[in-house]
Amino acid sequence: MNMREKIKAAAARYPDQRSAIMPALLIAQKEHGYLPGPVLEEVADILDVERIWVYELATFYTLFHTEPVGVFHLQLCDNVSCMLRGAEDLLRHLEEVLGITKGGTTPDGLFTLSTVECLGACEMAPVMQLGDDYQGDLDIARIDALLDRLRATAGQATGADLAATVPPGE
Amino acid sequence: MFEPILLRNVDVPDGHLLATYRAGGGYQALAKALDEHTPDEIISLVKESNLRGRGGAGFPTGLKWSFVPKRAGKPKYLCCNADEGEPGTFKDRIIMERDPHQLIEGLAISGYAIGAETAYVYIRGEYTLAIQRLEQAIAEAHAKGYLGTRIRGSDFNFVVHIHCGAGAYICGEETAMLDSLEGKRAQPRLKPPFPAVEGLYASPTVINNVETLACVPHIVLRGAGWFRNIGPDKSPGPKLYCLSGQVRKPGLYELPMGIPLRELVEDSGGGPLPGRKIKAVIPGGVSAPLIPAHGLDVGMDFDSLAAAGSMLGSAGVIVIDDSTCMVKVATRIIEFFHHESCGKCTPCREGLNWVVKVLRRVEAGQGVPGDLEQLEALCKGIFGNTFCALGDGAAIGLRAALTHFEHEFVAHIEEHRCPFH
Repeated sequence: MNMREKIKAAAARYPDQRSAIMPALLIAQKEHGYLPGPVLEEVADILDVERIWVYELATFYTLFHTEPVGVFHLQLCDNVSCMLRGAEDLLRHLEEVLGITKGGTTPDGLFTLSTVECLGACEMAPVMQLGDDYQGDLDIARIDALLDRLRATAGQATGADLAATVPPGE
Repeated sequence: MFEPILLRNVDVPDGHLLATYRAGGGYQALAKALDEHTPDEIISLVKESNLRGRGGAGFPTGLKWSFVPKRAGKPKYLCCNADEGEPGTFKDRIIMERDPHQLIEGLAISGYAIGAETAYVYIRGEYTLAIQRLEQAIAEAHAKGYLGTRIRGSDFNFVVHIHCGAGAYICGEETAMLDSLEGKRAQPRLKPPFPAVEGLYASPTVINNVETLACVPHIVLRGAGWFRNIGPDKSPGPKLYCLSGQVRKPGLYELPMGIPLRELVEDSGGGPLPGRKIKAVIPGGVSAPLIPAHGLDVGMDFDSLAAAGSMLGSAGVIVIDDSTCMVKVATRIIEFFHHESCGKCTPCREGLNWVVKVLRRVEAGQGVPGDLEQLEALCKGIFGNTFCALGDGAAIGLRAALTHFEHEFVAHIEEHRCPFH
């Protein structure tokens, strides 16, 4: 299914098209990596809803990104349970080894580093979300191993593959 | 030894599949409900069981269901609050990942009781595995006739849809969740009208938490009396406790309602980390006021914790030890509430902004005399004056930290530094 068909299928679950804006934005973000203005307008057109309704959701909910993010988005939880198990040290380490501060993206477009509120996985604190997966029971050694693995994955991709996955520079 | 009820399938291989669920007696409760009970009888049964909502507020579930008008002239909706966002809470995620059919069976029976033909499960967008497992389970349940039209030969029709949230804690507030489901920014609604009368799409709507719904099949199968005999009579049942923080064995534990907090932390959780002492425990997610170490004999149920000045909330139990600065913990909690304030009402939106500023400066050793009075004045301005419970949760949590650990705040201000650094 293309994006339009996926959005139409999601919209069939609701008696009101406006309810389908959130699922449509999640579908569009999966497709495009982030949600630039033209994509928001396309979503509004597909659902035939007011553009402002789409803009306001895209900017209210934190899972939606209106700016590009790196190929790998490291989302470290630093809420209380993770903080109590050393999340701050992990954040400092990530900032140091990636050479960016939280919220930033590495110049090669590979990594974006963010902190997020509780991910609901406190039994494996400190925890981080990476794509669709949770990485739990983190320590500095595990983070380093993870970064090596991600860099190796990226290294195997061709320049063209990366250009296709890396959103246009910040 | 208490035998797990809600978690009995979570460690079973392939516990998320229909075949496994059925092999353990799954969907017998739905058959029993449809074959032997009228919808009203199910509501009475749940009322008799004294089941109270596991999302945080502890409202009696059967009573909530009974508010739905019998003849509404509109479709009725059942919504499941699976937007588990209270820091320290992860129970619903584990149910949905490892035993999603338990939730689906609970949804179907509850839908039958209130006369709803459509349910929406509002689930955290981050919970990718839970979403995938739940989607798969819904498809399986449809294929085998546990969902769909004329279920098990009855005239009951019921479908379950998943709606993914997108990272707004406020959706835990049920009316904000309804606005979000309607495709709006999540902000709480003025009540009345209550959702039971005018909820989703202005239709009668019941909103229940995942764990609450998961209790329902067991009540139908084993009876209201059985349920009430587990834990305190007014706050009974099996309960999921999420244990995290500075404790040896963090994890999800199922024990009766009302067990002493100390037993949970020391026996199940193995006590504090080596060489440390417990300083305080947050018993019900960060909205629940902390309990200092000397208060750990309190029972983990709605009424006992309320009497002790805290609350069971979502049973997200966070252990804090003596190596940790309480000003830092309080600051981090208020930063969370400030970040998640929906912006609708001024005391929460602006008040928390000021509280964060004052707390950050105290933690950084730049506090000034009068800051603690300022914090109390801000709490007073927020508590009881906000549109929903988010601001209240922030204010009572901060007050508890100020009350029990005033000396740490004072030390920061007097020494111009954090004594823990």
